[in-house]
Amino acid sequence: MLDWPLLSLLIWLPIVAACVVALVGSAQPGLVRPLALVGALVVLGLSVVLYLGFDTGTSAYQFQEKAPWISAFNVYYHLGVDGFALPLIMLTALIGVLVIIGGWGIKDRVHLYMAAFLVLEGLMVGVFAAMDALLFYVFFEAMLVPMFLIIGIWGGPNRIYATIKFFLFTFFGSVFMLIALIWMYLQSGSFEITDLHSLPIDLHAQILIFLAFLIAFAVKIPMWPVHTWLPDAHVEAPTGGSVVLAAVMLKIGGYGLVRFSLPITPDAAAALDWLVIGLSLVAITYIGFVALAQSDMKKLIAYSSISHMGFVTLGLFLAFAIARNSGELKGAGLGMSGAMVQMISHGFISAAMFSAVGVLYDRAHSREIKSYGGVANTMPWFAVFAVLFFMANSGLPGTSGFVGEFMVIIAAFHANFWFAFVAATTLLLGAAYSLWLVKRVFYGEVGNQKVAGLKDLTGREWVVLTTLAAFILAVGVWPFPLIEMMEASVQDLMMHIVESKLK
Amino acid sequence: MSIQTQLLLIPLLPLVGSLLAGLLGRQLGRAGAHWVTILAVAGAFGLSALTAWQVFIEGLGPLNYSVYTWALVDGFTFEVGFLIDSLSALMMVVVTFVSLMVHIYTIGYMHDDPGYQRFFAYINLFTFAMLMLVMANNFLQLFFGWEAVGVVSYLLIGFWFKKDSAVKANLKAFLVNRGGDFGLVLGVAAVAYYMGSLDYWEVFANVDAVSGQTVTLVGDWQWSVMTVICICLFIGAMGKSAQAPLHVWLPDSMEGPTPISALIHAATMVTAGIFMVARLSPLFEQSATALSFILIVGAFTALFLGLIGIVQNDIKRVVAYSTLSQLGYMTVALGVSAYSAAIFHLMTHAFFKALLFLGAGSVIIALHHKQDMRQMGGLARYMPITTATAWLGSLALIGFPFFSGFYSKDMIIEAVKASDRWGSGFATFAVMAGVVVTALYTFRMLYLTFHGPTRMDDATRAHAHESPWVVTVPLILLAIPSVGIGYLTVEPILFGGALADAITVAPAHDVMAKVSEKFHGAFAFGLHGFVTSVFALAMLGVGVATYVYLGNPKVAQAAKDRLYWLWTILDQKYGFDAFYQKIIAGGSLGLAGGLSRIFDAGLIDHGVVNGSARLVSRCARLARQVQTGFVFHYAFAMIIGLVALLASFLWLQ
Amino acid sequence: MLTLAHFLTLGALLFAISVAGIFLNRRNVLILLMCIELMLLAVNMNFVAFSRFMDVMDGQVFVFFILTVAAAEAAIGLAILVVLFRNRRSIAVGELSDLKG
Repeated sequence: MLDWPLLSLLIWLPIVAACVVALVGSAQPGLVRPLALVGALVVLGLSVVLYLGFDTGTSAYQFQEKAPWISAFNVYYHLGVDGFALPLIMLTALIGVLVIIGGWGIKDRVHLYMAAFLVLEGLMVGVFAAMDALLFYVFFEAMLVPMFLIIGIWGGPNRIYATIKFFLFTFFGSVFMLIALIWMYLQSGSFEITDLHSLPIDLHAQILIFLAFLIAFAVKIPMWPVHTWLPDAHVEAPTGGSVVLAAVMLKIGGYGLVRFSLPITPDAAAALDWLVIGLSLVAITYIGFVALAQSDMKKLIAYSSISHMGFVTLGLFLAFAIARNSGELKGAGLGMSGAMVQMISHGFISAAMFSAVGVLYDRAHSREIKSYGGVANTMPWFAVFAVLFFMANSGLPGTSGFVGEFMVIIAAFHANFWFAFVAATTLLLGAAYSLWLVKRVFYGEVGNQKVAGLKDLTGREWVVLTTLAAFILAVGVWPFPLIEMMEASVQDLMMHIVESKLK
Repeated sequence: MSIQTQLLLIPLLPLVGSLLAGLLGRQLGRAGAHWVTILAVAGAFGLSALTAWQVFIEGLGPLNYSVYTWALVDGFTFEVGFLIDSLSALMMVVVTFVSLMVHIYTIGYMHDDPGYQRFFAYINLFTFAMLMLVMANNFLQLFFGWEAVGVVSYLLIGFWFKKDSAVKANLKAFLVNRGGDFGLVLGVAAVAYYMGSLDYWEVFANVDAVSGQTVTLVGDWQWSVMTVICICLFIGAMGKSAQAPLHVWLPDSMEGPTPISALIHAATMVTAGIFMVARLSPLFEQSATALSFILIVGAFTALFLGLIGIVQNDIKRVVAYSTLSQLGYMTVALGVSAYSAAIFHLMTHAFFKALLFLGAGSVIIALHHKQDMRQMGGLARYMPITTATAWLGSLALIGFPFFSGFYSKDMIIEAVKASDRWGSGFATFAVMAGVVVTALYTFRMLYLTFHGPTRMDDATRAHAHESPWVVTVPLILLAIPSVGIGYLTVEPILFGGALADAITVAPAHDVMAKVSEKFHGAFAFGLHGFVTSVFALAMLGVGVATYVYLGNPKVAQAAKDRLYWLWTILDQKYGFDAFYQKIIAGGSLGLAGGLSRIFDAGLIDHGVVNGSARLVSRCARLARQVQTGFVFHYAFAMIIGLVALLASFLWLQ
Repeated sequence: MLTLAHFLTLGALLFAISVAGIFLNRRNVLILLMCIELMLLAVNMNFVAFSRFMDVMDGQVFVFFILTVAAAEAAIGLAILVVLFRNRRSIAVGELSDLKG
């Protein structure tokens, strides 16, 4: 069973399913939704098989597949997963199922909608599984297309502006990455990521490469100050688009830092870690304040995402500051694992919050906070979920939101008291914007006629929200399996980045 | 049943009860929900009592074990586990007993409420969270319990979520608590960094290695590491135990239903901070600076927040300010290293303050949810049991000899007097003056509510009657320990070393040893209590209250008119609330709006991002002038280009 | 005696005339097409002249190609012209500025 090319299946099966769905769609509209769901469920099942076959004891790449792709340039179709990629692939597969269930009610060109999400799912798995830099780049760019269409076709009134902004921002960043990849190819004659990891580069070139990668991934994460595409994209995207964007696509930025920036240019990362740490801390506090001022629920969650992704970048780059502060690496792995856990956890929580907003939007067609009030009166079960999700967003222990933040704060303390101090402000800011939203939307007397007429959750919404709630709680109560999955790779990366790669 | 199963069941029973009542509330029905939850908490109480018996009587040694490994990261082991010693056993009994009483009481209090099942689910969940907190053997689980009780408190303050004041209060409570948690999480991070572990015992074992270290935070000022850790941790305690200036949420939390005011905001959750400092006494003993800080904060809270209680008219708010003041007493005890006295007061206070709150709740039921004491009076005739139990609770509160509060409060006062810690002079004054204040507001409340002429309107008076048995039985059951628990346990807890396995006091700080020289048994101490200055001060307060509120009510009005400025200061609560509301909350929102509009939307998005797009389009608009659309212009350009190209070739050759 | 220079001068003149025609003509697309044909003839003239004077046949081969292409081009150009006229009732060059940016 494990001889199957599992990773290829995970990438191409959803794409094939997408083609089938798109073709069947115009002839048999009734079949579209079940077909898409079956496709996504099979992918989810395969990802579980992947997990079961995964050996957590090693940092080596597993399930490798390698075939020549463009021989002239020494490019391979090379796939493999390690502890960083596996949880993200599983997250992608899970979210893939949930968006299809969540998008059940779409009326406009539903076959294309489902197809776009399936293609997107396959490409995102490809990004995480690619072991060849050019292959990674191709998936990284190709992924923009379905998302561009999702926002541009099924989005809100200002969708064209948002989708072009989204596309240009991301594209702008990735061009720099391509230049860096080509430069390194000319040095090493290989696009293999593992070859690039061991390629010695002098500091000047490392810094340029590091900055090129940073631009590409900072836009994706997004880091302050290249974040302004995200609120617009979220506001205009349909619910499913927002869910995938927040839950998985942002993680690709963090994954890129882990896969490229840190191991390829460790010396530059050590020299410029102040930049990333500074931007992360700005994201955590400044964006936290900005989120407080939002009147649109999706914008608020979008800003909250940026703020939480600040913990990812902070955690990843703490190792150098810790080494400088204490002369040893104790605590650095905590930051790195914390960053990874934060990515997964944010995947669940942001997906949950956007789904929750989607539930409201489907009924009342407004994202404005002030057009609600007292929703708990008419939708009590929904309010239970929403309070849980927003509590998780504010980092409540027992939910996944706490795990990563807690680990990163402890690691930050290993580096510098003030890093931890600034990072800990999220306890206040996160709670303030999350719970203030809960207060304004859910509590109080029934706000208006629209709210008075709201119906509580439907069966499909129950499935989506319960699944997410279960994962949020499970990771919060017992993060052990998740952390165990990544630990070997984290330790390996940590050992790798402290060794200088200077020529 | 093995001891591990027994201990595991204690928190799990309420958790299961809560899930059943919360998720299957409709299927269980009202009676089903309260039976499930009451049985769960009764089971937890029974097992806790059994555990306490094993610990205190059978001498079951401290148990410290892990239930499961939460995470293994980078050499750090995060675990969920239990540390069962005298301190946690005592806390478990107090928590489950008060919780059980409150559960039973709730049947009567929430009788007509549509959210009946939800309420039981919440208080059961609270019991679970609080048990996790007190049974924890590490900082991670402490923090889990800490936040979890905070969340349940948030949910319960906002239980009547239609009420605007309730949802304002719960947001405020959560955020102010988060302000404290900010300190706590830094403290925990500091512990993890310096001690390399989060397990209590491993941390305590590493204290000596760390105690001499210093750290530079700002400029060149060298801080002792232990001071930084302890002050950070105590800031967490200030939030949860409502110490000034993080106390503002507690009076507002009275917006919640009365049973939870008794359970959460008087007896258990708010004492979590006190419990934590006592639990971590080996750390706090290392920093006299931090202890002095604790002492000053506690003394300020004990006196000045008690004073506010005198001008309150809402019966629950009087009790709330009294709670603040009593928490201040406990904090003072911590500050002079009299941890056992603090825990002792925590225990007695849990009983008599829960009693007072439930008594107030009983009055509120009788008056159909009227809480203003100006519309009460003379209720003693209608509610004999409530009145009697309220008297017992009040006597315990003011420290009348032989009542439980007498022993605990007098011990704190003795300990402060015996201490030579920096700040103990101010603390001595504060706790002594606090005695007068306590007596004054307590008897003011008693007289205004139960005695004197009635000020109820006729409709209310017609309905005023004693509450049903589900309400009065918990009152009676709480009145028993409020009266007697101090007499029975003062000797073992304070001087018999019952808590010795949990609390560490450096010999140089051991004020309780000094106090013990004056202690010759509970009975002798009680008798002696009648001739102390503390008793005189209490009687002074009682006397003033009797004269003003029972004898000559005009004096109260006259005093208010004469001392209007003082009354205003107290009525405005020293401006703390206004400060938080206007400066902190208003300032944050203003800053947020400014950052969002001017910086994020304006400068970054409009300026840089869309600005660059505008720049491109402006350049393009210039460039497009060249494209006239006329073929001959293009042809001309081609020719010019060709000529220029050829010319450049010639030129180069 | 006619030298290569004479032919080349003729070619250049033809070419210059056609260029001037393209520039100066604002009224009629037909004239534009004719000028383009003329331009091609000027090139052909050069090809033939070089072929003759350098004694290689390649130039004349190219001339055949160019003549066929020019014929095809004229056909397509005229077809476009007809459609253009049908749509706009005018073939004045000065009015054809749809490509204006």
